[in-house]
Amino acid sequence: MTKHFFGDTAVLTGRSLRHISRSPDTIITTAIMPIAMMLMFVYVFGGAIRTGADSYVNYLLPGILLITVASGIAYTAYRLFMDMKSGIFERFQSMPTARSSVLWAHVLTSLAANVISLVVVVLVALLMGFRSSAGLAAWLAVAAVLILFTLALTWIAVIPGLTAKTMEGASAFSYPLIFLPFLSSAFVPTDTMPGPVRAFAENQPVTSIVNAVRALLAEQPVGDDIWIALAWCAGILVVAYVFAMNAYRRKIS
Amino acid sequence: MTTQSAPAIRVQGLRKSYKELHVLRGVDFDVARGSIFALLGSNGAGKTTAVKILSTLLRADAGTALVNGFDVTGQAADVRESISLTGQFAAVDEILSGRENLVLVARLRHLKEPGRIADGLLARFSLTEAGGRKVATYSGGMRRRLDIAMSLIGDPPVIFLDEPTTGLDPEARLEVWKAVRELAGRGTTVLLTTQYLDEAEQLADRIAILHEGRILVNGTLGELKQLLPPAKVEYVEKQPTLEDVFLALVGGDGAKAARTSEEER
Repeated sequence: MTKHFFGDTAVLTGRSLRHISRSPDTIITTAIMPIAMMLMFVYVFGGAIRTGADSYVNYLLPGILLITVASGIAYTAYRLFMDMKSGIFERFQSMPTARSSVLWAHVLTSLAANVISLVVVVLVALLMGFRSSAGLAAWLAVAAVLILFTLALTWIAVIPGLTAKTMEGASAFSYPLIFLPFLSSAFVPTDTMPGPVRAFAENQPVTSIVNAVRALLAEQPVGDDIWIALAWCAGILVVAYVFAMNAYRRKIS
Repeated sequence: MTTQSAPAIRVQGLRKSYKELHVLRGVDFDVARGSIFALLGSNGAGKTTAVKILSTLLRADAGTALVNGFDVTGQAADVRESISLTGQFAAVDEILSGRENLVLVARLRHLKEPGRIADGLLARFSLTEAGGRKVATYSGGMRRRLDIAMSLIGDPPVIFLDEPTTGLDPEARLEVWKAVRELAGRGTTVLLTTQYLDEAEQLADRIAILHEGRILVNGTLGELKQLLPPAKVEYVEKQPTLEDVFLALVGGDGAKAARTSEEER
């Protein structure tokens, strides 16, 4: 890490943020699919789903937020892939610039873009009748879980961003991540699912994260879910970071 | 320490293989300060690999390479302070404007007054009018000019140009040639790779022919010509080439500039 790391990261983050501000469609397309799902589940299927919660949109929102992040990081991979393909990544690496700043700028930009999409989705949910009496501390805890989740998925996205051969390949990895919430407690309680499906759903990361966020927003005790959720996020983050850095080192030496 | 007489680039016994594929099999050459050196070879000869090793993007399997007196593996940070790389495809940011691209590079090289540097280069490369436009709207020649302008920021003493005119139309090609000549005129050392014989002939002080990972010959144009049987005198009717016809019809600025500089030679 050189003395210019923070300055260079700031300059390069400014560059990527400018990309986003010039193509706001990436934020809109990130938010539009989860919003469409939310509309469909609340106004079409929701009436027939018995969750035990007072309103279905309250029950649904945490899962929708995770889907928002999963679709948002496809653009993280895409932006990194475009830098690799255009040769500008190599240009930066051959300059007297802190080398890892190029990656960190993409990570910070991913975080910023996803936070914006998440806020947009929450605002739409409010219009659809989402209400929470949770206090500031609970909201901060929700924000922390979502940011950690975004960071973990962002480092996953860095791997195809660095190594993909085609644009489709760079973003296709996000599809399974988008569908993972369907096999969790995000849309329906897991106790109606048949044995093996239920076993998978109850032991995959999305369920604990969704349950923790839902409990925080409903001012219910979070129990073990919050710790399991944080452990999943931290674990995915560390593993993805190690693999991403490996891929990165292979690219620059 | 580096002295003025030491070569700007010194490459000795450079080897690089990708598994079974031996891309470089012991490459040696020196590039004198302030000269233009052309690495001439067909596709797959190993030109880009050599440039990538010299610009610290790839690690050689064996051999040493000094750039501006610094070792590319041991003193990579110093090498990166001394060089600029213009890759095979114009590495510019399409979404930013031309001016923003230049300011970005000036900031990343930690220079003062990035805006002034950008404006100066826009003027020098006749891009002032287009400076505020997104690069996505630029022609191939403009893009390449911006690309080279970005490489000049911070006045690095050594510049690598990897196939600078591949894919350009004849006019844009002449513009690039003009820019390269100007560079060398200011004392910058230029290493360029090309697969075009006429490009090496037009620009380079020395030419090395790289073939299947080895340097076959290395010398001035005159020296290389002596390797072949002496010139024969034949009478040939001089027809204008298609390039002459094309340039006479479209009459671009680049064409005029290149023609005058050729007359000076």
